[in-house]
Amino acid sequence: MASLDDLKKRISSVKSTQKITKAMKMVAAAKLRRAQENAEKGRPYSEKMNNIILNLLDGISDKETAPKLLIGTGEEKIHLCVVMTSDRGLCGGFNSNIIKKAKSYFKKILNDNKTLKIITVGSKGYDQLKRTYKDYIIEKISFKESKNINYFDSDKVGKIIIDKFKKKEFDVCTIFYNQFKNVITQIPQEQQIIPLKSSEEKKDSSFEDNYEFEPEEDEILSNLLPKNISTQIFKAMLENSASEQGSRMTAMDNATRNAGEMVDKLTIQYNRSRQAAITKELIEIISGAESL
Amino acid sequence: MSNSFKLEIVNPEKSFLSKEDAIEVVVPAFEGDMGFLKDHISIISFLKPGLLRVIDGTATEETYYVEDGIIEFKNNCLSVLTSNIFDIKKMDKNKIRDILTEAEKDSQNNDISDQAKYLIDQKIEVLKSLTLN
Repeated sequence: MASLDDLKKRISSVKSTQKITKAMKMVAAAKLRRAQENAEKGRPYSEKMNNIILNLLDGISDKETAPKLLIGTGEEKIHLCVVMTSDRGLCGGFNSNIIKKAKSYFKKILNDNKTLKIITVGSKGYDQLKRTYKDYIIEKISFKESKNINYFDSDKVGKIIIDKFKKKEFDVCTIFYNQFKNVITQIPQEQQIIPLKSSEEKKDSSFEDNYEFEPEEDEILSNLLPKNISTQIFKAMLENSASEQGSRMTAMDNATRNAGEMVDKLTIQYNRSRQAAITKELIEIISGAESL
Repeated sequence: MSNSFKLEIVNPEKSFLSKEDAIEVVVPAFEGDMGFLKDHISIISFLKPGLLRVIDGTATEETYYVEDGIIEFKNNCLSVLTSNIFDIKKMDKNKIRDILTEAEKDSQNNDISDQAKYLIDQKIEVLKSLTLN
């Protein structure tokens, strides 16, 4: 059994860990609110963008000549996966959930004998993937320096992707991120951005409208689609950051509670050993006195 | 107001401006400036760098500098999606000059498309006129 001194040290060390996790939870809670606000503020832009694109798609008469970003290259051989994770750890299952989702997708692609290319955004994703998929990772991006998520950063990622597409380095592009549902639940998502999936298309009455286009539809589309990719990535980044903070908050809350339980258990053990030591001493004294 | 329409300017981070009583909005569309009044036909177009003017019900005029974006007019609602928009009044000369020198640097770059070149030239022109005022 551990000595009294050891127990004392254990207790104080658990207590200081508890202090840290508690502080981290507070910080995450404060950041979460802001991240959530940002994610909500960012929604109108991506929604409007989506609407306009859907309206445009309706207006396009000849699907054959539509930009490649929209209809794809016609092949599905090379898959590019953009795995978006956080730059910091200690946020529960946040990163592993995305990675798990991505890995099962990777396996499917490799089983189908297709070529896989990976871009990681955020250093944690790279750390986890480099063990198994090092040869497939063609680029790693990290925004450790920028404190807040801004559109400029996501635009950079978007430009890299478009650049690679233009060079015909891949046919299909999918992004992986966590969608923020609430503080406890984050849903890992895979979303195909090139070619644009039309399954989400919702026909509503506004589609009856006839739009004027200036310049021509094709030209607007080719201008709009790259922007849409940046916007989708930006949306994913916003959702990710809200999820990260939410996930961290829950994880740290659990850690604080666990630490509390551990302190209680250790304190009981400490008191018991102390009691035992006292009893032992008394017995020694008494039996010493009796033998005289 | 009977002759007003709704104006919404959003950028990726937030809703930048929202007005219920816009009377006239002039946007720098790609093929030339375009003025919007109530009951304009539904249209989608995109922007080049330039000045966006808003006149609202109180007859005050506000001017914004935009770099790019898409506009959509539908059912008397004008939506402007842009990633770069600045209020002219809040923009100081140094900032304008910064963007200008950046743009001039870009225009030296020869391996860009004609369209990109055209946009950069537009940008320089607008910024220059801003620095003069």
